[in-house]
Amino acid sequence: MKAKKGKVSVMTGNVVAANAARLCRPEVVACYPITPQSEVAESLSGFVADGQLDAEIVEVEGENSAMNVCRAASMAGARVFTATSSYGLVYMYDTVLETAGFRAPVVMVNVNRETPGIHAVSSGQQDMISTRDSGWVQIIVENNQEIVDQIIMSYRLAEDFDIQLPVMMNYDGYYLSYLAEAVEMPDQADVDAFLAPLKKQPQRPRIIPGASTGCGTHGMEMGYVEARYKHWVALERAKKKVDDIDKEFGEYFGRSYGGQIEEYRMNDADIAIVASGSAAGTAKTVVDAKRAEGIKVGLVKIRLFRPFPEERLIQALKGKKAIGVIDRSICFGWKYGPMCVELKAIAPSIGSVPILSYIDGLANLDITIPHIGRVVDEVNAAAKGKAYQDVTWIPME
Amino acid sequence: MVIKHKMIFKTESPWSDANQVMLKLDTGSWRTERPVLDKEKCNYCGLCALYCPPQCMKDMSDHYEVNLAFCKGCGICAKECPKQAYTMKPEGEFTHEG
Repeated sequence: MKAKKGKVSVMTGNVVAANAARLCRPEVVACYPITPQSEVAESLSGFVADGQLDAEIVEVEGENSAMNVCRAASMAGARVFTATSSYGLVYMYDTVLETAGFRAPVVMVNVNRETPGIHAVSSGQQDMISTRDSGWVQIIVENNQEIVDQIIMSYRLAEDFDIQLPVMMNYDGYYLSYLAEAVEMPDQADVDAFLAPLKKQPQRPRIIPGASTGCGTHGMEMGYVEARYKHWVALERAKKKVDDIDKEFGEYFGRSYGGQIEEYRMNDADIAIVASGSAAGTAKTVVDAKRAEGIKVGLVKIRLFRPFPEERLIQALKGKKAIGVIDRSICFGWKYGPMCVELKAIAPSIGSVPILSYIDGLANLDITIPHIGRVVDEVNAAAKGKAYQDVTWIPME
Repeated sequence: MVIKHKMIFKTESPWSDANQVMLKLDTGSWRTERPVLDKEKCNYCGLCALYCPPQCMKDMSDHYEVNLAFCKGCGICAKECPKQAYTMKPEGEFTHEG
């Protein structure tokens, strides 16, 4: 069975995200506005006011309460949605950790923005990167169409009985949040059909008033170890589930993103660029141009950042002669960018080839076509045995 | 990896039943002093029960009784009681049997 062709309209990433969330029929929404996410919160309130969404909107006084409300509602059995960014994510950090530890299947949009440290109202992935060990599933998307599709897929993943994990769906602030693109919005009936399998699975445990059951409050000794172990296993399990859901989504809606990673012209590539988010779109253009020049380069777009797609990356990158990783954030205390550090951890399985780390696109500075072109040229030279720099801060040169 | 550990939680997530012994914390053992109620002063307003952090006040219909298995001896009930009906007394004044 195939989905009907949806209505195509031009929308900003934020309005797209709110519409995608609406189609998933969340029962409770608690969302505190923050630049560059505010349009999501505004749109969702509008949908409820207009009767387009039958959800309880909890007007909270901050992000910490937003996540507490979402976790509690989720543990009471509701489908929930929230969205945040940067300072908001930082402000809810304690409860972000608890939501993961309680295994509450909250779906949250995080609109990537730089974080406190140096006040920056600009794009960057530092917010998401700084919560990578929280136990959430973290997914990064490239464009507005992928925002819609991945929000729908995120509910299938989060609420799956075998997974039961919160999902943080990330897209670039400014570049996608405020950028209007033509997007095909699926039909409500088709989204309902795609999410229907969730109704057929066993019911997850929930808060029952008066019952002496509780969740996440008894993490003593082996209780803690056991809960952490199960959480770790569930994250490992989530990897294949992401691929499976993406495949099923592709068969039904006709759009597919490769699951954990997207491989672009990787089959016969000698060298590879690794990137994520909207920069991956620019990188595809560069790959095409460099291919025309005769450089056999491919792109690996990291979609799933947590759990880290170890096996898929090894499969995609094994045998390549050099790899360039572009990071839009910093891993303080390490020389390389965060994704490059992670890639280096699997380097023994890839082969001892040069892995070049690039820091670019911080604070809304564009990751441009010439920037990525330069990365390709340097990685290509490194593949041929030329000396190379371990780490390059592109805007600083 | 061979898992030898016998699972405690029946569910995938860490849900537990508060009636099971292993899930209770022996907070009573933390106590250095305990609230002692003067029933004459108590007017059964219930503020002590509302404020009690481990919620260990038992409703006795005309007053509240402290469940010493859980009372940590924090003294909030004594502080909040408008009638000053509670006195915090050092544990050393009591035998193990109470």
